[in-house]
Amino acid sequence: MESTAHAFKENVGHALADPNLQDSLAKLKVGFSERRRQAAERLPEFEALRDRARDIKNHTLAHLDFYLEEFERKVIGLGGHVHWAPTAADARRIIAELCQSVNARTVAKSKSMVAEEIALNEHLEALGIAPIETDLGEYIIQLRHEPPSHIIAPAVHLTKDQVADTFLEHHAKLGFDKRLTERNDLVAEARYVLRQKFLDADVGLTGANFLVAETGSSMLVTNEGNADLSNTLPRMHIVLASIEKVIPTLEDAAVLLRVLARSATGQESSAYTTLNTGPKRHEDLDGPEQYHVVLLDNGRSSVLGTEMQDILRCIRCGACMNHCPVYGAVGGHAYGWVYPGPMGAVLTPQLVGVEEASNLPNASTFCGRCESVCPVRIPLPKLMRHWREREFEKHLTPKAVRQGLAMWSFAARRPALYRRLTAMANRVLALFGRADGRYRTLPLAGGWTRFRDFPAPQPGGTFHARWAKRKA
Amino acid sequence: MSTSSPRPPVRPRRVALFVTCLVDLFRPSVGFAAVKLLEDAGCTVEVPPLQVCCGQPAYNTGDRTTTRAIAAQVIDAFEGYDAVVAPSGSCGGMLSHHYPGLFDDDPALKARAENLAGRSYELIAFLVDVLGVRDVGARYQGSVTYHDSCSGLRELGVKAQPRNLLGSVQGLELREMKTPEVCCGFGGTFCVKYPEISNAMVGEKSADIAATGADTLLAGDLGCLMNMAGKLQREGSAVRVRHVAEVLAGMGDLPAIGEPERG
Amino acid sequence: MSDATSSARAQILGGIRRSLRRGELTGEDRSAVAKRLADPPRGPSVARGQLPQAEKVALFCQWAETLNATVARVGPAEVPGEVSAYLARNNLPANVAMAPSPLLEGYDWAGQKMLSIRRGRGQGSDQVSVTGAFAGIAETGTVVMATGPDHPVSLNLLPDTHVVVLRESDIVGGYEDVWGRLRARYGKDLMPRTVNTITGPSRTGDIEQTIELGAHGPRRMHILVVRD
Repeated sequence: MESTAHAFKENVGHALADPNLQDSLAKLKVGFSERRRQAAERLPEFEALRDRARDIKNHTLAHLDFYLEEFERKVIGLGGHVHWAPTAADARRIIAELCQSVNARTVAKSKSMVAEEIALNEHLEALGIAPIETDLGEYIIQLRHEPPSHIIAPAVHLTKDQVADTFLEHHAKLGFDKRLTERNDLVAEARYVLRQKFLDADVGLTGANFLVAETGSSMLVTNEGNADLSNTLPRMHIVLASIEKVIPTLEDAAVLLRVLARSATGQESSAYTTLNTGPKRHEDLDGPEQYHVVLLDNGRSSVLGTEMQDILRCIRCGACMNHCPVYGAVGGHAYGWVYPGPMGAVLTPQLVGVEEASNLPNASTFCGRCESVCPVRIPLPKLMRHWREREFEKHLTPKAVRQGLAMWSFAARRPALYRRLTAMANRVLALFGRADGRYRTLPLAGGWTRFRDFPAPQPGGTFHARWAKRKA
Repeated sequence: MSTSSPRPPVRPRRVALFVTCLVDLFRPSVGFAAVKLLEDAGCTVEVPPLQVCCGQPAYNTGDRTTTRAIAAQVIDAFEGYDAVVAPSGSCGGMLSHHYPGLFDDDPALKARAENLAGRSYELIAFLVDVLGVRDVGARYQGSVTYHDSCSGLRELGVKAQPRNLLGSVQGLELREMKTPEVCCGFGGTFCVKYPEISNAMVGEKSADIAATGADTLLAGDLGCLMNMAGKLQREGSAVRVRHVAEVLAGMGDLPAIGEPERG
Repeated sequence: MSDATSSARAQILGGIRRSLRRGELTGEDRSAVAKRLADPPRGPSVARGQLPQAEKVALFCQWAETLNATVARVGPAEVPGEVSAYLARNNLPANVAMAPSPLLEGYDWAGQKMLSIRRGRGQGSDQVSVTGAFAGIAETGTVVMATGPDHPVSLNLLPDTHVVVLRESDIVGGYEDVWGRLRARYGKDLMPRTVNTITGPSRTGDIEQTIELGAHGPRRMHILVVRD
């Protein structure tokens, strides 16, 4: 999808003024974090599992080439195919050619953030192949021509009424001309409409939560069952996954599965965890005749061995955004690209360029709540700070900020000067009148006083001035 | 003021106060409250004169060169004290959790940074965890709610300590917010770089504060306190805002943050 | 392998090695990783599922019900009757699509005069399926379906109602026990085309974060836990 990350501040303005979005976010902030907390409390080993999950991902990243080759060997051994895609364009081309090789008209798609990353739908549509999103949330936003606003709950920004309007608009021509008011009716209608599309689809395209090197399996975790229909009914199953999704063994998967669902939705387990290994076997009664895995790099290999490597541990649970107060205030669309929230603030500059996404790592208070819930313990604030350092080095930091910082740091490195300046500031602030104890406006502090009063200094001078007097 | 066992075998005696820039400029009483609490617990408190700032404004803007220069200056200024104590989880965390990582290419300075990190504390955690203070012998008539500032909470584990000490204050009733651990939206320069987002965050915080019905808001970081006080006062709230050290030191009768001098 | 594929492959693997500042893994480094792959270390043990068998069965039933499945504990002779009775209790049609598995053939279906059974893969119009299960996981109330000629995947997904027949002796503690059983049955490193582990009915929280059952897969899952 086209990035609007450069317009972050404008996006924020729209988000804060959108009452439907704000209603949805109010629910998200309470719901996800409370459910995660309860799920973690129910499992005494949860923290130890997080440690192990981190270690497993670190081990895999340090041997990524080995495990990818092992995975490939196993897939080929079972009659599947592995395609290597260094760039997004390569992945689009490979998938389009695969679809064309079976004269596909429709592709049943199960939610894949990597497919969003490579803008696959637009590419297929241009070739006359219709991608059909089958995850309910993705289906809703596909009908509305919107990007996802959350990596596991793509339509979380919408209310039930908005969904009802969208369904009426698009399903009326299929005979569903009554506007629905109940959630279960909306779900049932989508189920009915999509069922036929599954049965008709020529290709099923899914992502993967994990690729298991030991067995050559792709592993998918869902609640709806749409991914399983996508990988079972059509005659070709294409798995699109980025290279860091590989893990060594099924035992490693067991650890990661235990932290994934609990971190994501607070569930003990998602409804469906499915391992697909190769195409249908000769004697099987169903399953796809062709099984293809497209391994996407898109810049990830260059992140290895750098100070940003930890982001490659990410298992896309969404806990960081569920717990982020900035995401909670502005939602996912404000971030302007595929991956929002703290993990997006680290990953997006890598994938679309730090010039385009320079605001994202800055729009954080470093409150650290994301890191405290990350199932693989990614130090997200630290990685955001690394981006700020790179921006500073590249002179991307806004000029006013740089100049202010330079003046402040000149003083801060000269304690005697700093003392005189703070004493002066103390007196100057007093000139503005401390009779009220605070200021409603203050020169050079408009960002603050637009929304808040500014407390006046206590009378009697700075602490250091008073301490010096006390000691004298 | 009484303390109780278990105590660490060696009690730090010579304690340096890291005043913090905001306390120095805006609310010296927090510094004097810290001095009183430390002296009451048997420490000798000194205020190294060459201290300025911990360097967070530069650090969080990505200016590593300036951060290192300021950190080196702080390391010099606080050499030789048994403990370095800040009435702020944010500045305390900077010294104890971030300084060593600044000097990966300079083993000598890194060793000194690690030494400082091992001696640096947030004030309330230091009183409770290191000095074993259980009762501060203060009075405060009113109901308070306590906001957990982010760095103190998540980097330093400051959570139970202030609540335990507040429990020893006569007349004080603690009323918890629904989400005391959610950021108030201050974030240093964040609040002026992204004022709309910051405002949305502090607006939610002030609603949470109001819902407790408490008449006083306390926290351990002046930045967060100024942010929340400014929002509450802009909204016309009567909630008074103070640093937790002031209440614990029996200085709860001073004008609150953003309140005018009386008479 | 086409030239384009092999050069793309070399590009990615080469990029990884450049970033990791080493060449292809060799010698001791390689054998250490190969050993880890051949003899996978287990993660931290989860105490919840480590119980005597009878308690494992009880824990399985408890979690399955908590996570919106229904459970009936029956003797082997009661299986066909419970399937009919369940369908009747819930006003469901007595037409079922059944997995052609030896396990299910071991029960006396002929006695269920009202029950009409079609054996084979699932179809879009199926209302009810009956399948066996390869294993049950006590830790989360999950049923494990190792699919194949005797268990088409589509039966797990297409019908509105999925009736699962699970033997008590197939209930294990956690995932790791399932992997052990899969390796014992199919061989190390070999897997059936699809293994579905299913915890309760299909669900979605995509509209206002409120869970609704029956998004694409079954709305109802009824598990017959059969005494051995």
